[in-house]
Amino acid sequence: MHRYLLRRIFQALVVLVLVSLVGFAVLHLAPGGPAAIYAMTPTMSAEDLDRLTRELGLDRPVPEQYVRWVGGVLTGNWGRSYRDGRLVREIVVDRIPATMVLMVSAFSVALALGLFTGIVSAVRQYSLFDHLLTFGSMVALSIPTFWLGLMAIYVFAVLLGVLPPGNMGTIGADFSLADRLRHLLLPAATLGVVMVATWSRYTRASMLEVIQEDYIRTARAKGVAAGAVILKHALKNALIPLITLAGLQLPLVFSGALVTETVFTWPGMGRLFVDSIGYRDYPVLMGLLMLTALLVVVGNLLTDLIYAAVDPRVRLA
Amino acid sequence: MTRNPKDVSRRQDRSESARAVILSRRAVLGLAGGAGAALMLGPLLDRGVVLAADNVKKGGQIVVALSQEPTVFNPVRPHIEVDHGVHFGLFDSLWRVDERAQFIPDLATEVPSARNGGIQKGGLEYTIKLRRGVKWHDGQPFTAKDVKFTHDLILNPKFGAYTKIGHDVVSSVEILDEHTVRVRLRESFAPFLTSWGDTYIVPAHILEGVADPNTAEFNTKSPVGTGPFKFASRVAGDHLVLRANESYHGGSPPLERVIFKYIPDLTVLYTQFKTGAVDVTGLQGISAEFYGEAKGLPGVTVHQHATPSVEYIYFNHGKPQFKEIAVRQALYAALDKRAIIDQIYYGIHKPVEGYLPATSWAYNADLPKQEYNPEKAKQILEESGWKVGADGIRAKGGVRLAFTNSTTAGNKLREQTQALVQQNWRAIGVDMQINNMPAAVVWGEYYVKSKYDSLLVGIQATIGDDPDCLNRIHSKYIPAETGSGRNVMQYKNPQVDKLLEDGVREVDRAKRRPLYLKLQEVIRADLPYLPLFSYVRLEGVKQGIVNYKPNSNTLTNSWNMAEWGWKA
Repeated sequence: MHRYLLRRIFQALVVLVLVSLVGFAVLHLAPGGPAAIYAMTPTMSAEDLDRLTRELGLDRPVPEQYVRWVGGVLTGNWGRSYRDGRLVREIVVDRIPATMVLMVSAFSVALALGLFTGIVSAVRQYSLFDHLLTFGSMVALSIPTFWLGLMAIYVFAVLLGVLPPGNMGTIGADFSLADRLRHLLLPAATLGVVMVATWSRYTRASMLEVIQEDYIRTARAKGVAAGAVILKHALKNALIPLITLAGLQLPLVFSGALVTETVFTWPGMGRLFVDSIGYRDYPVLMGLLMLTALLVVVGNLLTDLIYAAVDPRVRLA
Repeated sequence: MTRNPKDVSRRQDRSESARAVILSRRAVLGLAGGAGAALMLGPLLDRGVVLAADNVKKGGQIVVALSQEPTVFNPVRPHIEVDHGVHFGLFDSLWRVDERAQFIPDLATEVPSARNGGIQKGGLEYTIKLRRGVKWHDGQPFTAKDVKFTHDLILNPKFGAYTKIGHDVVSSVEILDEHTVRVRLRESFAPFLTSWGDTYIVPAHILEGVADPNTAEFNTKSPVGTGPFKFASRVAGDHLVLRANESYHGGSPPLERVIFKYIPDLTVLYTQFKTGAVDVTGLQGISAEFYGEAKGLPGVTVHQHATPSVEYIYFNHGKPQFKEIAVRQALYAALDKRAIIDQIYYGIHKPVEGYLPATSWAYNADLPKQEYNPEKAKQILEESGWKVGADGIRAKGGVRLAFTNSTTAGNKLREQTQALVQQNWRAIGVDMQINNMPAAVVWGEYYVKSKYDSLLVGIQATIGDDPDCLNRIHSKYIPAETGSGRNVMQYKNPQVDKLLEDGVREVDRAKRRPLYLKLQEVIRADLPYLPLFSYVRLEGVKQGIVNYKPNSNTLTNSWNMAEWGWKA
């Protein structure tokens, strides 16, 4: 077990180094650069632009810049934003709470609804409910979030005027839980719709498989109540493959939702990523990239470990 | 069925505010003592300044929506327009420029001029008298030391300054006493007042002591200025709160606070304005496609605000296609400007012939107007020897009239403009291919090092209200050749060079004006670029907000937020 862990951690490190290399190269070799945001500024001269480029170290060869960046990261210094000079670590940490509030809400709703609908449609396979749900899931999965978000704003904020058109809270008002929840409703629901569909489909598939198993028939044969068969015997086993899905979605909770955050003006990580791309803010982008990569790696590792813990048939070696 | 209570209350609000206007007007007329006096007062009333004091309520907040996030609060560090909008609230400069292009003293007690003795030795020496009793937000007194410190910081080679324009011509800044500084220039530089009017003074007592002014907390977290508002709080990625500075030297501002709210998507920004979540649409304003609807919204005013930005087709004069004036004239004549403005931009923007906004004191109103005449365009090309080849494209001496045009990818209105221009020019045998790229690519080296054929670009050629545009068009300022300046067109014209040099040297506005009138005439005749229209920004402002004054001489309209308030 320990050797397994060590091996996995070593693998994870190799992955992270590769990600950083490729990410850094792609960002820096892509045409354009951070100085372009100032190109249209009437009050800056070409000398000013040149000077800034030098000050940011962008005139150095890319490998040299990479080595300098890695050197910083190893000593815990992720660099400073090209846009405003703040520490990357602070900039990223500032955005985590907003993203987590949104993602955790959407995630919990999706999990509860998705499991419930998934179980029902597996148990009542080919019923009207199952067909409706299949259809609904397909629709939810194919609608672009962008459109869904704008429609939600149009209907609930513009037409009906019952919910705010975005933002984390009433602008200028002090924090209140009720206000936050009101503002959270639309973005969390928009994001949740897609997640519900995913969870529902996975749960259904997994349940269908388990229901066919011999031990379910045995349970039924020995007279266990129908509800208990489903919830105690079937669900427990059906959940195991869903651990993978949870592991895959973990990084999302931190990295945020690019589109939903933009449409609902939610100040999370997804928004930060989009803005930083616009500014070609390499240090911030690298920070976000590495954080996401780390979460993916950790998510995978956790998935494997939990698998082993809940399913005695799986051995890690 | 009952009526929607919301509608009823809204209507009442409106009629009440309408009554308030009538009442206050009547009160004024009464005070003025008759219709004759009222007529004289008319123009003053329109400006809305005269009545300001009695009309504004003390307290309240205004939420300004911005489509980019302000994050740099040190005004002498590199920043973008939205940051500048915040600087207006936090900081002061020595003098500001108002909506009529007049300098008004701010931290200085008067604007230096030859008449008041502030400008001496033919524009080589400026004596600046500073306001007494001004305090920084932390209570420390503002003195001449702060002015000298700000200038020194900008020139400090270890400091990443926003711009050194207007400071690199200075040979010395001398503190004569606590409230007087003398600035000596190496050479006469007429835009000096504009440059220094755009230089916000930062506190010496805070920045002097920090280890590295490039990364000081002051820059992003705890700015301290002398301006009408103090920095209160910021939620990263979301909004920023400024609170009234009760001891502001210009009097405590009416508003209790101003909130800058970041809304990245322009459609969402408009929707939030429409639903009343924000009070003012700042900077980018309302997108043209919403204008029709926005005009009819209850309870809001949509300002049409002329800006100093002009949309051009920029030629790269380093390419053989554009060397001949006949080609440029023909391309201009074949351009259906009216269709671009009316069909693509909903008729909002105004056609122009030069680089200056109509509000400038040096604007030349007599430039010949462009006329859409494809037949004349063909004739010009025929006569100058550009003959149609087998492929339908004109050529002369081995040079085909074929080139690319680039702009920011994804800017739909510009893409439509390009499609229209492409058709216009195809009709006279010119082949323009569209080659768009993301902003960070097209405005990077591609633009600065003149690697393009032609561009569709919006440019403000001047700084503030000064008509100088030497940087943009003088032959010594071609960055691809010298690494200096902004003449990315690589345009060279000795007559233009001479006029620009004279214009920068002459400090007397009355003598400068003819130089710039002539300059605009020469540029119009030689057509180094094709001016399409000057940008008009649509700004939505909630009714009840007073003293909101669009100012085309500043980058953003928060320039006078010290005066903003709600109607009493």
